[in-house]
Amino acid sequence: MAYPFAHPREVRIVSKHFGDAGARPVDGWVERGGYRAARKALPEMTRDQVIATVEASGLRGRGGAGFPTGLKWKFMPKDDGKPHYLVVNADESEPGTFKDREILRWTPHQLLEGAIIGAYAIRAEHIYIYIRGEFVDVIPVLRRAVVEAYERGFLGEDVLGTGLRIECTIHVGAGAYIAGEETGMLSSLEGRRAEPRMKPPFPAQAGLFGMPTTVNNVESLAAVPHILVNGADWYRQWGTEQSPGTKLFSCCGHLRRPGNYEVAMDFNLKDLVFDLCGGPRPGRRLRAVIPGGSSVPVLTADEIDCPVSYEGLVQAGSMVGSGGLIAMDDSACLVRAVRRMVEFYAHESCGQCTQCREGTAWAARILRRIEEGEGRDSDIPLLLDISENMAGKTICVLSDSAAAPIVSSIQKFEDEYWAHIRRRSCTAVS
Amino acid sequence: MASAVGAPARRLVTCSIDGRPVTVPEGTTIWEAARQLGIEIPVLCHDPRLRPVGVCRVCVVDVGERVLAAACVRGVADGMKVTTTSEGIERCRKTLTELLLSDYPRESRREATLGDDELLALARRYGIDREAIPLPRGDGRREDLSSPVIAVDHAACILCDRCIRACDEVQHNDVIGRTGKGYGARIAFDLDVPMGESTCVSCGECAAVCPTGALTHKSLGVAIHPRAELRAVDSVCPYCGVGCAVTYYVDLSKNAIAFADGRPSPGNDSRLCVKGRYGFDYAFHPQRLAKPLIRRGEYYPKGPLSGDVRGEGRGARGRKPGGVVDSEEVLPAFREASWDEALDLVARRFLEIRATHGPDALAGFGSAKCSNEEAYVFQKLLRAVFGTNNGDHCTRLCHASSVAALLETIGSGAVTNVYGDVRNADVVLVAGSNTTDNHPVAATFIKDAAARGTKLLVVDSRETGIARHAHHFLRIAPGSDVALYNAWMHVLIEEDLIDHEFVRERTEGFDALKEVARRYPPELAEGICGVPAGRIREVARIFGRARAALIFWGMGISQHTHGTDNARCLISLALLSGSVGRPGTGLHPLRGQNNVQGASDAGLIPMVYPDYQSVEDPAVQRQFEEAWGVALNPKRGLTVVEIMEGALRKTVRGMYILGENPFLSDPNINKVRKALASLDFLVVQDIFLTETAEFADVILPATSFFEKTGTYTNTDRRVQIGRQALEPPGDARLDWTIVCEIARRMGYRMEYRDAEEIFDELTSLAPSYAGLTYRSLEPYGKLWPCPDPETGDGIQILFDDAFPTPSGRAKFVPAEYQPAAELPDDEYPFVLNTGRLLEHWHTGTMTRRARALHAIQPSAFCEMNPEDLEHLGIEPGDLVTLRSRRGSITLRVQASPRTAPGAVFVPFHFREAAANALTNDRLDPYGKIPELKFCAVRVEKALADERLEHASGPS
Repeated sequence: MAYPFAHPREVRIVSKHFGDAGARPVDGWVERGGYRAARKALPEMTRDQVIATVEASGLRGRGGAGFPTGLKWKFMPKDDGKPHYLVVNADESEPGTFKDREILRWTPHQLLEGAIIGAYAIRAEHIYIYIRGEFVDVIPVLRRAVVEAYERGFLGEDVLGTGLRIECTIHVGAGAYIAGEETGMLSSLEGRRAEPRMKPPFPAQAGLFGMPTTVNNVESLAAVPHILVNGADWYRQWGTEQSPGTKLFSCCGHLRRPGNYEVAMDFNLKDLVFDLCGGPRPGRRLRAVIPGGSSVPVLTADEIDCPVSYEGLVQAGSMVGSGGLIAMDDSACLVRAVRRMVEFYAHESCGQCTQCREGTAWAARILRRIEEGEGRDSDIPLLLDISENMAGKTICVLSDSAAAPIVSSIQKFEDEYWAHIRRRSCTAVS
Repeated sequence: MASAVGAPARRLVTCSIDGRPVTVPEGTTIWEAARQLGIEIPVLCHDPRLRPVGVCRVCVVDVGERVLAAACVRGVADGMKVTTTSEGIERCRKTLTELLLSDYPRESRREATLGDDELLALARRYGIDREAIPLPRGDGRREDLSSPVIAVDHAACILCDRCIRACDEVQHNDVIGRTGKGYGARIAFDLDVPMGESTCVSCGECAAVCPTGALTHKSLGVAIHPRAELRAVDSVCPYCGVGCAVTYYVDLSKNAIAFADGRPSPGNDSRLCVKGRYGFDYAFHPQRLAKPLIRRGEYYPKGPLSGDVRGEGRGARGRKPGGVVDSEEVLPAFREASWDEALDLVARRFLEIRATHGPDALAGFGSAKCSNEEAYVFQKLLRAVFGTNNGDHCTRLCHASSVAALLETIGSGAVTNVYGDVRNADVVLVAGSNTTDNHPVAATFIKDAAARGTKLLVVDSRETGIARHAHHFLRIAPGSDVALYNAWMHVLIEEDLIDHEFVRERTEGFDALKEVARRYPPELAEGICGVPAGRIREVARIFGRARAALIFWGMGISQHTHGTDNARCLISLALLSGSVGRPGTGLHPLRGQNNVQGASDAGLIPMVYPDYQSVEDPAVQRQFEEAWGVALNPKRGLTVVEIMEGALRKTVRGMYILGENPFLSDPNINKVRKALASLDFLVVQDIFLTETAEFADVILPATSFFEKTGTYTNTDRRVQIGRQALEPPGDARLDWTIVCEIARRMGYRMEYRDAEEIFDELTSLAPSYAGLTYRSLEPYGKLWPCPDPETGDGIQILFDDAFPTPSGRAKFVPAEYQPAAELPDDEYPFVLNTGRLLEHWHTGTMTRRARALHAIQPSAFCEMNPEDLEHLGIEPGDLVTLRSRRGSITLRVQASPRTAPGAVFVPFHFREAAANALTNDRLDPYGKIPELKFCAVRVEKALADERLEHASGPS
């Protein structure tokens, strides 16, 4: 519903041209002010100035971890004589999240421009865009845009006449969620199984093919041209000190107007749900909200009166994550919902770490047992015990992601579990 | 001198582990640092021999961060405070163990055999009752018992990744990987086919490192028990020249070996191949000879006894699976005798022949499978008692030409550097060596270097396993080596890629070489080798620009009528580029047999006494006459093929063959058959009734490798002790005691207390072995020469400042290309190439009686290019008859692009289709080595023979 619907309370920066097919080709994009930032940055700004501006803007990674983008770029070595790589994480697979897909679909050049600037900043000669294989309609759009960018000299041997060489390769993923984890993505790009790697070394030290690499999310890079053209202070007019700017929220679930909404980062979550998204369906009561994709803790309807900033959501007991907001009304069975999520993680675990491979599988089985009325009293402590073991002890955070909905749903909807275990019933209203 | 390239000293860091300070080099992992403090952090996925990956998460420790860190991967840092155990950490470990155990099979194959299941040990540590684990049961994971040697139980697999790293990074076979995701993740072979159908080479490294019951050794007929319940014998492998250090675990109650482990010797770093790990059970095969045998009167005049050996293509009663001599067909020709009767007969007949026809009518073949001590006493018997230098062994069939070239150019026939030093080379050339099949563990070092950036150049007419790892593989036309290497040298000289200083200071004869190389531009070589001139130039430049280049070669170089020329070219190439005498450089002809180096060192060759001292040098002769107390024959003796020819011409009348099987190993079997049959008297001393033994007058039952103690010298010049693990069967005797008994009965006193006393006599006469003692050879042997046996490992890199030639310089000996002795023509249009298979050894006497090896490669076959087969209208798997001017064999054909069009490859292990029925016995004029790698053959489709069908099928 978001296009052409634009809610007046949105602040549309990266999503400004969603729904505007004319922004897709390079000419249309240039007409709309595209590549101004690249033209400004490459000849006029030093790499350090680009990084400093992005750092000053306070832009944080929009893929889920929220790590400051400028700082990430700063970690890249200088004068090391090695090839550097920029990897664009367009493998958007987090359940409930569909924002990067729309950026790529409507404004592929917005991403390319940000990526070219990023590549310049980190001295990368090659950009790899790792795009989710299921984005069958988006992949040709992106391919077309890359060809156009080469034709116009935004990519290639001599970018914008500066003598700099920046190449770009699109790599289409083969369907594994874990390839979206940054080091798993690097393994996959190298032709291996998408198995995450131990950190340290971090990608900035030894990333793709063992070379210094930065992995950035699509939305983060899409914001960069706007920041360079308008300045860090301009970006900071929205949001909070720790969470400046705007963020796209992909809102789905039991909502009247699901879709992508771009809001300032101090926007109220309850307003996002009730005002922008129109609240629950008629006759239904909101029960739970997962604000940042299935990997973040669930909030009850009473807990959502908080800002969507990184710190605001942490204070409320959850996280911004990828911005994939999932709303559940009183028809939803939380045990079932969590079981479904955990099954997803069990299916997508790469299988390297014991507690993830085994833990997600066992947790899913226990949840299914509970859902089907076969649960035992001891299952709740057992789930908590397994979850504790899954969090913070593995190579990547996939098992933390699986543990989050389990633990938070038990904390907040324990009744639901007991109803299943003790009464073989469900508190969901049909 | 021995030099190792040392890593730069690492900075030291100090941290505290459980409150105890420890200072270690930077980069040391927490797990290692803790171990130094005696703190054992439990872990399942880590093994110190493997690259740490940190996937089992059992070793997690608290380093004061938000999350726990895996101790096996995390390096210590200055000031780091590590807590290895706490209630939280232990709970985490316990839960992990429970997660892994919940679906674990009731019966762990590892616990049931070796009893060292590490997961069950953790379960005991945490007091976990598997029945009480509150997790629901899974749907189970399957078993895969398709490999003859390794049992796979996916249900017991904890995905620790050890096997994957062992396969990919230790053995570099790249067979095992992971497939599936999440709980469905499991290890997979190739593209997830059963292990037995995969490209697995059964080295067993995976089963050796597996911590659970997932990958375990299958029993080879003797039940595997925990190590503590068996007797561990530190020894070496009886097969190839790599000489891997092995511990055999012996079930004393059965007088049999249950299983083998690799030892961490510099030569094999605990690695083994399929033969070393699973090929020992031939020693306790029921067909072992246990009594002396004397041929019955009615079986004279002598001749072959079995159908195969008669050349009928099959045994009279249809061949038995296994392709070994049919004892029931042959044994009736012999009667059992006492040792006294047999030995008296032997001594009497040899004395008679010597008296009637002179000492040179006697000859002996010793064995490169026997120890240095046995080789020494055997050649001493021939020289001091028989009075002849007619003693040789299979070195003649393997590296005689290489040794001839090495002696002539650099003054020493042994390797100038060890194979393990390939790690310090930046370019390595593997020429005519099927290293992965014939020296599998040495190949792991080459593959490892190639994976770490050493440029691997492989030149061969057949695309061998090592070629798959090559950066550049040149498939040359068979027998065209001289043209290729001359062209390389042409390029090096033309483009000035030579080491002028080395050539000036350390060599002589460069001008002559230059003159010959000038005539071999790559364009000329292209026409001979079939490799484009541009490729020849490209690869020559890589070699020429190397900082340190190491050259390995094998039978593809040596077994030609121009084998010595081939080797001369490789030596010239090394001299031209200064690739001798420095780390990462050298000349390394990979020795075939476990003791071919040692048997040669001990003087089991017709021209030299121990340590290559010429029999024609009067001073040397005097020295040995003094040592042995008899007058010695100053005339050099006959070589292997010459002895056979002598037998045919009746100049050789009596032979003593100890542990060789020339009927199958020598070229042109039809001639060998006649030669053996025409001997007046033949004694065969062996552990089985070999094909050769069918021609014997007396057969003496000897001891297998496992039943005696002795020293063996590997391809690196590493002298190692092979220790007795088993008791000999029946009346079988130690080989050296039999030799001494014959000497005594022929009137010469040859008495030794034990093998060690023989070794001491050998070292006193062989300057290269000077100073070595059994004690100093513990635990991993010593390289000869070894100036400081008490402390040093011996000299790894020879000739760092001078060569043992009269001038101290190495000599360039240029060689002109000449074609093989018998070229293909219209009648015989294909080129036959013979060789070995990974699973078999030479004439199959041992390996075809090893149940696992036999199961993997049960029957004879030849390999041809699919294009040729299509052209001939022959399907893979069809029976074909191969004919040469000397004989024919019938066997199944396999299609493989590894063999070039126009070529046929035949492994020579199989008596029922003996490759040497076809081969040419023409000799290299210098090394006297026959051209086993080249002769012309015809290929015909054969009609299916039901008996053959039956016989060669799986048993």
